[in-house]
Amino acid sequence: MPLVDLGRLGFDAGAHLLVKHGLAAVAVGESIRVSGQAPGWQAQLAAWCQAQGHALQTPTGWLRQPALLVRRGSAQAGRWRHAAVAGHSDASQPGAVAAQADPAWGLAARGAAVEAGAPAFAFRLQDKAEFWSDQAGDLYAQAVAAQWNADTDIDWDQAPEPPAVIEDAIVQVMTYMVENENAALIVPARFLGELHPHYRELQAALAIQVADEARHIDVFTRRIRRHGREPALSTAGGQASLHSLLAEKDFSVAGFLLSVLGEGSFVNLLQFLQTYAPDPLTRQICRLAARDEARHVALGMSHLLHRLKQEPDFRHRLAQAVEARHDALAGTSGLNEEVFDALILVGAGAMSADALALGSQGVQQLMQDMADGRYTKLVRLGFERGHAQELASLHTRNFM
Amino acid sequence: MTASYTTLKMGAVAYAPKVITIWEGFKAHFIEQGLYFDYVLYSNYESLTEALMDGTVQLAWNSPLAFVRAELMARAAGQQVRSIAMRDTDMDVQSLLVVRADSPAQALADLRGQTLGFGAIDSPQATLIPLDHLRQHGLLAGQDFQPRRFDVLGGKHGDHIGGERLAAKAMVAGEIAASWMVAKNYLAFAAEGTLPAGTTRVLDTSQPFDHCNMTAGPSISAADAARFTEILLAMSWDDPLIRPLLELEGLKVWHPGRASGYEPLSRAVRDERFYDEAGRILAADYRY
Repeated sequence: MPLVDLGRLGFDAGAHLLVKHGLAAVAVGESIRVSGQAPGWQAQLAAWCQAQGHALQTPTGWLRQPALLVRRGSAQAGRWRHAAVAGHSDASQPGAVAAQADPAWGLAARGAAVEAGAPAFAFRLQDKAEFWSDQAGDLYAQAVAAQWNADTDIDWDQAPEPPAVIEDAIVQVMTYMVENENAALIVPARFLGELHPHYRELQAALAIQVADEARHIDVFTRRIRRHGREPALSTAGGQASLHSLLAEKDFSVAGFLLSVLGEGSFVNLLQFLQTYAPDPLTRQICRLAARDEARHVALGMSHLLHRLKQEPDFRHRLAQAVEARHDALAGTSGLNEEVFDALILVGAGAMSADALALGSQGVQQLMQDMADGRYTKLVRLGFERGHAQELASLHTRNFM
Repeated sequence: MTASYTTLKMGAVAYAPKVITIWEGFKAHFIEQGLYFDYVLYSNYESLTEALMDGTVQLAWNSPLAFVRAELMARAAGQQVRSIAMRDTDMDVQSLLVVRADSPAQALADLRGQTLGFGAIDSPQATLIPLDHLRQHGLLAGQDFQPRRFDVLGGKHGDHIGGERLAAKAMVAGEIAASWMVAKNYLAFAAEGTLPAGTTRVLDTSQPFDHCNMTAGPSISAADAARFTEILLAMSWDDPLIRPLLELEGLKVWHPGRASGYEPLSRAVRDERFYDEAGRILAADYRY
């Protein structure tokens, strides 16, 4: 029979771990011998055994005996009898990520044994098909590797002040971008709180996306303030467009509108600014932000490809969403005049006829690039070319 | 005996908010098993015992001291009470006399003339059993040592462990030479940090005694008592719906009740003059 010697260790200082370890090595119903020298160790052992459901033999005079027998009880085994094993930690293992997560798995790590009787958590997003992407884990890893620090990765001194009219234009565009990034932060953040944690790769990807947007809002605001200005104008039409994004409850539809069409267009916008902005600081900011946004587009695309593969009819739902949003926004002015003009001014770089003509061309090209980008993505998602063309043109005039 | 009640009632003492959760859960489970009972909460065991004896309730979830009192009252009135079930954790409990590890005391006799810490005046494990233990070893309170009582929530019969904790803290702080606590609280106080690991030593151990039991009072019908016991004993730790209730109540298994483990406490009650032979309260400074 195994012997566990507690030496002079008391149950106030961890002796129970030695007994527990000893009992774990024998089957339920089998016994171990326990010896000790700490004063009163027998009574302490008795109290511990009682609380744990193990049987301590207490023959006459047991309080003075040098060793006692403990028979392993079934309580610990009983606790885990109906435990559920919630998938596997490694998503690449077969069956690791469940098609539907059990609400009672709750907050447990994926792969943990979950004791029966835990409360059922109300996570609205628990059906894998509705949100999953097999690339989520990789995209999260890429995002972690590509994180940048606004203080050390951006040279805030490389900011010669442009002519006032150009600086005003930059500030207007940045004001508009903060507004859009607020939507881009809130939409994934809301889904994040509703997502069953079983889908941890997606949880992580959404979480870092939210962090990316927070950083963008920070740097855009700091750029606005770089030469002492305050944010400029925010229009009702622009907000109405974003409001309709926040109202979408379906993860796939919201991802389609926000990440694929909206952020896709945003990447074009950031690339435009990277080319035309007058100062190195603005160009740096836009280069870094565009890199993040491209990743967000990739996450949205990979999910939609995953869902459409299993549910090709979902394409109708996506088309409907674009049309419905277009109809809902028909009564608004779309992209505000101030932003449009500001983009021309940034593209022009100066308030002269020749420069403005070039700026206008640049913005027209930007619009075309955005529409082409939307079209390409829609075709990749399996939309027929004519339909893709039509839908690409219906996208909100607010870009996002 | 013919039942003189329409609704079976069980009384318990509300020593902590969790008591409501426990008995609501038990009640729902019993109803599911086909036996309806209502529970009544009392603020103290003296009122509960009186309600058990006058037939207001048929069952009492009793402290050991309340059971001893119910037995005294029943005997005086020519009636009978029975312990029908106990937790595994109620059987053969022990109290420990704890000193600081660096205390010069090595045996009970070394504490002569010192101040010793006890729990609430009505605590079986931290006051009455310890006083009896010391008396059996020739040490009388007020004569051979100075008792210092840490009275918390009288009437709860020591269920509220605050008194034991305060006594333990005073012992650690060196205000008193030693303090009494039930063994499971020694482990609990160590786990929570009240007793820093390795800084205390168990100087002496009481003889084993039994703690709480489910007491069937004089008014319960034999059929109800049997059915209640049957459902209670069948509650299984392996059942995930039952387990949380058992965890809250602090047990793994219910055992059939026994009355054999209350002898040291009965003696203490008599010698320390807590109740008289008919269960009337004698302790003058007992407030509940």
